[in-house]
Amino acid sequence: MEYIIKNGIVYDPTNKIEGEKKDVMFKNGKIVDNVSSDAKVLDATDKLVMAAGVDPHSHIAGPKLVVGRLYRPEDSRRGVKPKTATTRAESGFSIPSCPATGYRYSRMGYGTVVEAAMPPLEAKHTHEEIVAIPNIDIPALALFGNNWFTLEYAKDNNVEDLAAFISKWLKITRGYGVKIVNPGGSEAWGWGMNVHGLDDPVPYWDVTSREVIHTLAEANESLGLPHSIHLHPNDLGHPGNYETTVGSMDLIKDISKNSPVRDQTVHMTHIQYHSYAGTNWRDFESGAEDISKFINKNDYVTCDVGQITLDETTTMTADAPMEFDLHQLNGLKWANKDIELETSSGIVPFIYSGRNSVHSVQWAIGLEMFLMVNNPWQIMLTTDNPNAGPFIRYPKVISWLMSNKRRTEMIEHGEVHKAVGRKSSLATLDREYDFDEIATISRAAPARAYGFTDRGHLGVDARADIAVYDIKPNEIDPSNEYETIECAFGNAALTVKDGQIIVQDGEIVSTKESQTIWANVQGIEERENEVMKKVMPVFDKYYTIKFENYLVHDHYIHNPIEVNIQAGK
Amino acid sequence: MAYEEPIRDYDELVENCTCAFCGCNCDDLTYLIKDGHVVGVRHACRLGASKVMEDMDQRLLVPMIRNDEGNLVETDWDTALDKAAELIAGAVRPVFYGWSETSIETMKHGIKLGELVGAVLDNQATICHGPSLQAVQNAGYPVNTLGEVKNRADMIVYSGNNAMNSHPRHMGRYSAFPRGYFRKRGRFDRTIVTMDPRYTDTAKMSDIWVGFEQNGDYEFYNAMRAVLRGKKLKKDVISGIPKEDIEELVEAMKTTQYGSLFFGLGLTHTLSKQRSIDIAINLIQDLNKFTKWNLVPMRGHFNVNGFNIFMAFEMGFPYGVDFSRGYPRYMNGETNTIDLLTREEPDVFMVIAADPGAHFPGGANRHLTNIPVIQIDIHWGPSTELADIVLPGSFIGVEAAGTSYRMDGVPIYMKKAIDKPETCRDDEWIVRELHERVQKIKGEKIASK
Ligand code: SF4
Ligand SMILES: [Zn+2]
Ligand SMILES: [Zn+2]
Repeated sequence: MEYIIKNGIVYDPTNKIEGEKKDVMFKNGKIVDNVSSDAKVLDATDKLVMAAGVDPHSHIAGPKLVVGRLYRPEDSRRGVKPKTATTRAESGFSIPSCPATGYRYSRMGYGTVVEAAMPPLEAKHTHEEIVAIPNIDIPALALFGNNWFTLEYAKDNNVEDLAAFISKWLKITRGYGVKIVNPGGSEAWGWGMNVHGLDDPVPYWDVTSREVIHTLAEANESLGLPHSIHLHPNDLGHPGNYETTVGSMDLIKDISKNSPVRDQTVHMTHIQYHSYAGTNWRDFESGAEDISKFINKNDYVTCDVGQITLDETTTMTADAPMEFDLHQLNGLKWANKDIELETSSGIVPFIYSGRNSVHSVQWAIGLEMFLMVNNPWQIMLTTDNPNAGPFIRYPKVISWLMSNKRRTEMIEHGEVHKAVGRKSSLATLDREYDFDEIATISRAAPARAYGFTDRGHLGVDARADIAVYDIKPNEIDPSNEYETIECAFGNAALTVKDGQIIVQDGEIVSTKESQTIWANVQGIEERENEVMKKVMPVFDKYYTIKFENYLVHDHYIHNPIEVNIQAGK
Repeated sequence: MAYEEPIRDYDELVENCTCAFCGCNCDDLTYLIKDGHVVGVRHACRLGASKVMEDMDQRLLVPMIRNDEGNLVETDWDTALDKAAELIAGAVRPVFYGWSETSIETMKHGIKLGELVGAVLDNQATICHGPSLQAVQNAGYPVNTLGEVKNRADMIVYSGNNAMNSHPRHMGRYSAFPRGYFRKRGRFDRTIVTMDPRYTDTAKMSDIWVGFEQNGDYEFYNAMRAVLRGKKLKKDVISGIPKEDIEELVEAMKTTQYGSLFFGLGLTHTLSKQRSIDIAINLIQDLNKFTKWNLVPMRGHFNVNGFNIFMAFEMGFPYGVDFSRGYPRYMNGETNTIDLLTREEPDVFMVIAADPGAHFPGGANRHLTNIPVIQIDIHWGPSTELADIVLPGSFIGVEAAGTSYRMDGVPIYMKKAIDKPETCRDDEWIVRELHERVQKIKGEKIASK
């Protein structure tokens, strides 16, 4: 089947198309440059056309999500929708059910979402949920930052073996890249402890976060993985943590990039949570200036924001000691899950409120980051879903970015606490994003950071992952019409995934199975076998499951998109 | 125990099989196979081994339908499936109960069928750890995988659970005995505590037995929390335990390096029900201010946790999920099987891999005698006596592969080792067939309107 989306206003930053009136054509699931006269015409006259969205960091599938759903029926009851002729029933607000997750991303015009934390031992669970999510393609990042084998290799600075271990473990778990969460800290949580800063040794392991990050980054580059290390640094949410954040970015400046498909050697996630100055919650204030300065000067760094949306949400992270602190702070029910040899994790419901000074300043810090990082290719749209807010709030965040008027209103009308004025510079930032920048932070840049060459843009041969929004970029004034912006980005006029029309006028009209993107490194099989000879005795001794049953077989990957990488090339 | 000769007469060994019995999901079993049958099982406990070895005992082998005289008579698969599909398609308030002894793969077809006809899907949690899950929803869920216990724990508490009998390899494989990374001497590096009114086999294996009074658990836990928070106990004896003992115990729990609490139905089903678990969870939270503690419910069936996990990711709720209104509803006391049956609401009941006949209260079973019951199972049991249609399934982890979730949430792929009896079918196949046949009937109905 051939299609032509006619007369839309196209924003495609990858191909340097900035608001051109243009047709977008696709055939057999791919973008093409011409179609026959039989092509079905989809009229988009003067409407906003972009590639489908790419979410670089979201928690949507896996054991943490399920614990959230199990223990928060009060959240599941929000967002209940009956089944329709095309869709299954939906449930959940901050932790939607799998079907709801797929539908809601489609309604926003998204096509790809990275699951940001997969514990290898429970990778099968993550993949079962990926299969249960419709419509979107999902790569999952495997957790390596507190893995016992990583800690050993990092202590010995054994980059070569660590690289082989990563390559093997990505095959075992069908993972896409290397996720690092509070390096050393989540292992320390095995004893109810944490590490602070980069040089605090991990109890019993005689290794520091600095060494873990550096060794993993080196290994990542020696393999030439399509994504860089993906770092949730130490000290999340602590006043004064910006120094640790700067230190974490700085410590890998000597590592050279070894991949043509991306620009960065480190991706810093939910940077908002790591841009705090002050020494305690009283003198807590924004540290966004130092962080953004560093990023502006160093193009080897990309980040996503983790924007606070001021909602009641569910926080969940492999940074388990942080979650326990959060529980001590807000007294809400605490879930925790420690996973043998690999990681820990925690979950706590959280009510972010504009009446609270700290939450409001956190909100402001996220926006400051968006506005103070100059190059939109270095900063990406996320809410660290569901930590800072559910992903269905992206349209709202977009409206804030495009409208200084709205931001000022929120500050002046008391929708956020007045501390925002004293503790951040948000009120002084009048930058407003244009559609090209929005397209960059929500599709082009994330695709680039992950080395996805087949999506995030509308060039010939790209997947036909397309979104049309019911706004006329040449007529609308986003600064004043922020409500229209929010509404349009939340209800795509058209969402196409691999050439299939999924959404029309904000409604799901068809569904498709999700696909799992994973990275298969080739060329170092011998090295892997050598490493496995040393890994296996340890595995057999300390895991409680047999290696054969630890593997994620083909059975769990229904529609794989296997990205083959020649190690080191 | 008499000495048994090792089995030497077998054709083939299949390693790393997973036991389909309790929530330990031991995945290190070796099956000894001869002539297509398992003639020996290595590594399993007696419960697990006997389930596998005696798989042909009282085995349901052929589909059956109850005739007008009230006798189950053999029939062919088509007839039985069509009849079952007809009942399900015509039902107003169908309930699909069980699932804890079958695979996630089977559940996937079950939920499709349930959504299609607006059924209630529920599992054994409704009569076992349901209150534990309610408590989790009240108070939180601080858990760990069993390997954390093996590698780190120096204090292990069993509360209201006799692991030695109910989960016989739990202590040996995961908690008390194994040598862990930080507990190189195994049992010698750990203190084992059993909190139970009964002096159980688990208590006998423990260093400390706290035999509080029947139904005294809430008060006892409350006292522990009070002591932990620095309060003085006013009574000298609480729930039958001298306060000095409580203080000593709390001190030990507070100063241990890594503690792990395993609780069973003995804590969940005493007088205070979910409140006992609430307070156990709160105690764990309090202890984490001093040192490291987690807990894990001792889930019974090998996939009871799996169903809760599966339903949560598919629909947002763990059990007792009612689709009758076209969207999922979960209301304890309203959408659970026992409540529905005692209110005599269901008009068709499908039981898969469970035995309500043996476990449900009389009032609930009485209603089952009045409505059509479809049974999918591998063994003849009390539920077969209630069944009007019997569909013989196959044995997950032996005759059919599938996914299960261990008590701690670790997913395991249970592989297939032998072929099922020729006349049986895989659970997954049966439920898929039912779904397709019901779909067809529903489709025809719409077409004829
Ligand atoms: S402990 Fe449980 S899972 Fe392990 S062999 Fe015994 S019955 Fe099977
Ligand atoms: Zn994170
Ligand atoms: Zn995250």
